[in-house]
Amino acid sequence: MTPSWIALIVLAIAAAGFVLARARAQAAARREARRLHSLPNYYGWTAAIYAAGPALLLLAIWLVAQPIATRSLTWPVLAAEAGENAVPSLMMADVQRLASGLDAAVATGRLTAEEARALPPEELRAAMAAQGVALGSEVTPATRDAALRWRRLSGTGDLLRGIVVIGLALAGAAWGVSRAKPDFRARNAVEQAMRGVLVSAALLAILTTVGIVLALIFNTIEFFRLYPAAEFFFGTTWSPSFGGGSELGILPLLWGTLYISIIALLVAVPIGLFAAIYLAEYAHRNVRSWAKPMLEMLAGIPTIVYGLFALLTVGPLLVEAFGRGGYLGLGWMQGGTAVMTAGLVMGIMLIPFVSSLSDDIINAVPQSLRDGSLGLGATRSETIRQVVLPAALPGIVGAVLLAASRAIGETMIVVLGAGAAARLSMNPFDAMTTVTAKIVSQLTGDADFSSPEALVAFALGMTLFVITLALNVVALWIVRRYREQYE
Amino acid sequence: MTDIPQSGATPVEPPAPKGDSLLVTDARTKRRNRAERRFKAYGIAALGVGMAFLVALLWAILSNGLTAFTQSYVQLDVPLLEEKLDKDGDRDPAKIAKVSTFGYAPLIEAGLVDLVEKTGVETELEPKALTKILSSSAAAQLRDRVLANPELIGQTVSVELLASSRVDGYLKGRVSRASLARDKNLDAEHLDLIDAWRDAGLVEKRFNWDFITGADASDSRPEQAGIGVAMLGSLFMMLVVLILSLPIGVAASIYLEEFAPQNRLTDIIEVNISNLAAVPSIVFGILGLAVFIQFMHLPQSAPLVGGLVLTLMTLPTIIISTRASLKSVPPSIRNAALGVGASKMQAVTHHVLPLAMPGILTGTILGLAQALGETAPLLLIGMVGYIATNYPDGVAEGFLAPNSAMPAQIYEWAKRADPAFYERAWGGIIVLLVFLLAMNLIAVLLRRRFERRW
Repeated sequence: MTPSWIALIVLAIAAAGFVLARARAQAAARREARRLHSLPNYYGWTAAIYAAGPALLLLAIWLVAQPIATRSLTWPVLAAEAGENAVPSLMMADVQRLASGLDAAVATGRLTAEEARALPPEELRAAMAAQGVALGSEVTPATRDAALRWRRLSGTGDLLRGIVVIGLALAGAAWGVSRAKPDFRARNAVEQAMRGVLVSAALLAILTTVGIVLALIFNTIEFFRLYPAAEFFFGTTWSPSFGGGSELGILPLLWGTLYISIIALLVAVPIGLFAAIYLAEYAHRNVRSWAKPMLEMLAGIPTIVYGLFALLTVGPLLVEAFGRGGYLGLGWMQGGTAVMTAGLVMGIMLIPFVSSLSDDIINAVPQSLRDGSLGLGATRSETIRQVVLPAALPGIVGAVLLAASRAIGETMIVVLGAGAAARLSMNPFDAMTTVTAKIVSQLTGDADFSSPEALVAFALGMTLFVITLALNVVALWIVRRYREQYE
Repeated sequence: MTDIPQSGATPVEPPAPKGDSLLVTDARTKRRNRAERRFKAYGIAALGVGMAFLVALLWAILSNGLTAFTQSYVQLDVPLLEEKLDKDGDRDPAKIAKVSTFGYAPLIEAGLVDLVEKTGVETELEPKALTKILSSSAAAQLRDRVLANPELIGQTVSVELLASSRVDGYLKGRVSRASLARDKNLDAEHLDLIDAWRDAGLVEKRFNWDFITGADASDSRPEQAGIGVAMLGSLFMMLVVLILSLPIGVAASIYLEEFAPQNRLTDIIEVNISNLAAVPSIVFGILGLAVFIQFMHLPQSAPLVGGLVLTLMTLPTIIISTRASLKSVPPSIRNAALGVGASKMQAVTHHVLPLAMPGILTGTILGLAQALGETAPLLLIGMVGYIATNYPDGVAEGFLAPNSAMPAQIYEWAKRADPAFYERAWGGIIVLLVFLLAMNLIAVLLRRRFERRW
């Protein structure tokens, strides 16, 4: 029985439970609703929830757990054959493919169930090819045995799954119906269940964080087992080679990330801050009402667009100016992808980020401070510089930190605009690369996930996560404290 | 802003030194006034620079991308010789299908030679070299047409075939005669032919529906690449995001806003959500790779996985905006419901939630728009490098079969060597931005139409 059929049957049982429980409650109340504690529908819902809730939950857990259990029970068959450098996941993938191929062959009637069990290993590959299942190598006896064991185990598991889940649903429905008496507080029961759903939705946020941290930590530990941590954190060369002998020092990547982020902030902070000051303190309401959304349009444009803008428009323009034979005659720039290109474009992306956060913060400065300053005879700009900005400073620092965290985590602009060479250089017109860009390049393609060259991406991700998290926590703390100050 | 009138902004002078009139501005005041004007000018300049960047960006997109929506076609008469395509003459579809595209190439060549003669242009090009004018998919196009209507065999039919990307680029002004000198795909002599044919109306640019509805093509055929399949991939991904993030986001927000007690757990959840909103998107990609692909063995490049990753990424955004709109429903509504005997849950589901719904939907649409343009996490779960050439066969396939997505497709084109793909990438951006604009417009209209001020 497939999972979707089981789920449908469970839902049907729940529907039946709903009708029965509702009818029973009404009959017990002799058709007078005021004798019931809750509205009749709540009795129905109780039975439906008792029937479907635990059963569907069990089904979901079963679907995740069964392959894992089957895998660990099947592995002993293969373990004897696996050599020193065998990759268990690849061998198990072969077994799984063979097992599902046999299942499909039996299902389409190409093989009988008997034949599927008895076929010698040498004939299996041809049989599978006829079924449209391509096997990478010849089937060894151990693989065949493992596949047969897999089939047997998962067959039993599937059967058990259907029986247990449907049994649980029936039991739940029966219990729900049996409780449908007038003095049963059905509404409270239903609301308790709804509350449970709401809480678990809210907990998903924590689960996501836990998932991120676990995914990063496990793979990072795995990486540090293969590659010394000290060399990773203090190495100054980044030259991965999948053949082995890679040097994976993070410093050039961190430097590239930092350099690009600094340029981006040098572009975004002055422009964003002055735009925010103008919009908050000087601009007429009409100007504000169209200029602010226009500026914020920049924030709504996907980063891939900025990446393309950097690669195809800004890069070539900069080369024309600063490149060899450019009209400034400087010859500083070798190619279109460079720290400057990425930093400039990232700065454009961050302008609305800085400006709308600063705008909010400047607007939160109490009017009385301005009035006091203006009343003492200061000009507007003096008021802004000497009263409003100092009062807003913590908030603005928070906004800049948030922007910095954005810049450090930004991926598409640097992947397309910054180049691929990891180097420690001071020239902003050199191509450099960043942590995010290297995460992408190490994890795309058919890399083997157990090699240090692929695992290093998780260590890079961990570094990135820790840095941005620290920046965010500090920034949010500053912003929140600042807000409380004037509330 | 300030409650002093605009004119009051002129500073009140400190007590003037004896002998000076209040009506004459002294040097210090002048300096201060100049500083004031300068400061204001900085603000205007900053705003202007921001606007200029926006205009430059839009201009770059439109000027580079609009040409992707037209495509050049060559009109020529091709003799569909019976002895080549159907030797037995019995029009048996199985036998006609046996003739591969190589069987059609000579016919197209003949058609081109014929065209050269008819238009009376002198050329030294070999017949074989002439085919460089057409897309390398021309033979396949012709074959598909013949397979669809076998009765065409034996006639000379007039067909419109895709011009190659170089010819297309020449007609759009992207490829010049000078740049062809370094290009082995096309010679200047081809361009002479194209010029003559264009004057004769045999080569023309038309609106390119295939770009919007079509599939991606391999590296050598930029003229055939379209974004349609990737669009479907994005659509399926957005369905996953919508189906998961709306209920989960609303449920989490209701809990946090209406039921959560003030305790440590609630605090942790709230801090968590605001931090998740600022985690770089690439980290969500790593999460998706490790959890959905390495651990749960879901298929790579599948829109389902992409949708799951984007759901986790957009949930914080949706929760934050949903909480804001729940908060904007005044407490009097809840109190009234509780007062007539509703339970807390009934007050929320019957009254607060319906009133907050427009705000929630607006926030959800904006969250979806953000998810639609997101690229970085998709790179890690394998949506790049996959050439989306096939439409999904059904709904289940649509979720599970490998596909691309619009931003991933744009990235893919941007990475290819042939500059003809850049035009496609810019064009893809226009399509993407049209979707984003439409979603934002819907959100704004929803807000305008249903927003209530209490």
